[in-house]
Amino acid sequence: MLLGAMFGFKVAVGTGNPWLGLLVAMLAGGMLSLLHAVVTINFQADQVVSGLATNFVGIGLSLVLGEGLSKAGTTALLPNWTVPGLSAIPILGPILFTNQSILVYFGYLLTPAVAFYINRTRPGMHLRAVGEYPSAADALGINVYRLRYLYVFIGGLLAGLAGATISLAISPGWFSELTTAGQGWIAIGIVIFAQWNPWRALAGAYMFGALRRLILDLQGPTMLLWFENPFRAQSPGFFLQMLPYALTIIILVIGSRSAMKKRVGAPAALGLPYVRGERGR
Amino acid sequence: MATNDTLAKGFRPTYSLRLERRLTTPKWLPVATSVGAVVVALIVGALLIYLGGGHPLAAYQHILEAAFGSVGVFNDTLVKATPLILVGLACALAFRMRLWNIGAEGQFFMGAWGASAVVLLPLLPATTPKPLMLLAMALAGFLCGALWGFIPGYLKAKLNVNEVVTTLMMNYIATSWVLFWVFGAWSEGGFQMSRMFPRTAWMPRLLDYAKSIPAFGGLTLHGGILLGLIAATIVWFIVSRSKWGYEIRLIGDNPRAAHYAGINIVRNTVLVMMLSGGLAGLAGMSEISGVVHRLQGAISPGYGFTGIIVAWLAKLNPFAVVLVSVLFGGLILAGREIQPSGIPRMLQGIILFCVIASDVLLRYRVRLVRS
Repeated sequence: MLLGAMFGFKVAVGTGNPWLGLLVAMLAGGMLSLLHAVVTINFQADQVVSGLATNFVGIGLSLVLGEGLSKAGTTALLPNWTVPGLSAIPILGPILFTNQSILVYFGYLLTPAVAFYINRTRPGMHLRAVGEYPSAADALGINVYRLRYLYVFIGGLLAGLAGATISLAISPGWFSELTTAGQGWIAIGIVIFAQWNPWRALAGAYMFGALRRLILDLQGPTMLLWFENPFRAQSPGFFLQMLPYALTIIILVIGSRSAMKKRVGAPAALGLPYVRGERGR
Repeated sequence: MATNDTLAKGFRPTYSLRLERRLTTPKWLPVATSVGAVVVALIVGALLIYLGGGHPLAAYQHILEAAFGSVGVFNDTLVKATPLILVGLACALAFRMRLWNIGAEGQFFMGAWGASAVVLLPLLPATTPKPLMLLAMALAGFLCGALWGFIPGYLKAKLNVNEVVTTLMMNYIATSWVLFWVFGAWSEGGFQMSRMFPRTAWMPRLLDYAKSIPAFGGLTLHGGILLGLIAATIVWFIVSRSKWGYEIRLIGDNPRAAHYAGINIVRNTVLVMMLSGGLAGLAGMSEISGVVHRLQGAISPGYGFTGIIVAWLAKLNPFAVVLVSVLFGGLILAGREIQPSGIPRMLQGIILFCVIASDVLLRYRVRLVRS
């Protein structure tokens, strides 16, 4: 994600074309994820540790290549757009369809598409089979290794896209590690909370978006209702900055409680390497 | 079938690599793969430096000299290694039970905060005798770190909440918490740091004894390294020689078997996370009492994250943690002079990749087979 943010902004600054930046950002995220794929799928390394290593390399690489980029100033950003017709809907129109970044609309479209793909199509079923019971999937003639590579790569593409969404549209610029501020990790929290359901993940993501907006708004005014606003001062403002992280922990607790009740949860084979002909751990 | 294939290929034997599961692992192998992984990582790093237009050999020679070239710089390396030892032990202990404590960075900050609170709140007056003051600071640091480990540990044990994410989130909360105090109540004249601690809160350093032993003049190595060595021995004893350690290892290797053996997984999870957090907290205390002597936002160049790599490279062996920490202390020290600043972080990531990738050699024998 950070690598995507860096590459997106860097290419956009260099070429003046934000679309090219977006493309390179996605490819960079995808390439980095392939490193993770090789180590976990071929070398059967622990996926948590490999994920951490991926993070270290991604952060280090973006710091090295993004050196001096924070002073690069502004560049052409991805355009905002108002959907004709839909924006005329009362209340929802101005909120959802007026002058939003083009990527916001992509987010609207992607969620139903992914949900449909995973739950209603044959390749989506294969995806779930590989996640739940790889040896059964293998017996059905599904190439477990190839699918795992494919989806890790697609995940990397999307994470790179997410990074570019920040650096090229939402809060443009490059601020080293602060660009993403741990949002990739929050996303993991949201997925667990959503119990791997795209629609619930969408709701979770918008909740966090609202929280970020709220934090900005709370730091603005001098008076809150009839109290003097304590958050205007810099120091108490740090409590506001804790909120997204605290909320992540809270939704994880809520998510795991309901998961325990309903006996649903993570895909059974999550985190386990698959070796043909060997019993799972 | 096989003969038909060979015939079809015109009797040309083809070779392929095949992995065979090992039944036993020879003792020298983990050491060999760790060293090999570092060598491979250094070669990859050299390649990257070369591609970036630098001279890899000159860069490595520079690192070697800047970290181990003289008594003075070796002293600095050991100072950098001190927090790494404690944080590395914290990670090694938790990882042994397959608890992913990624929150050592936050626990480090909370430990530093707790130790500072003793001096700055103040819980003890500045005139408190030094041993008592240091003991109170160490205790406060340990407890604050342990609290930061307790929360994710409890959530994991009782509610099965993923500890990777919670410990990470606790990191951000801890740094915000420290900044809140540093920018607010404890700020010195509006600066983003607390006032300097009184001398009674300083960990004894080698240069304090320069009067009687002149060779110690200018050496800033402090008592924290003793804390680290003692902690390494204690962690080794707990994990390898005690009944509790046996339970920890069993849970790590096979939680189901541990459950059927009647081992209390909930209690062990909470305790191990607390001890792990406490050790990281102790690292924070040792760093501000031995080196920084005040609380400020920038007290760690990512010690908590480097500790993860240290623990993994040391194959979770407490004494190996000490050795690897010295190595990484040198890398951090020399890395300060390398521009751009992201290179050490990237090298650490590459090393971690190589280490976990090489682990496959521990479980499998690679055979060249004719097919």
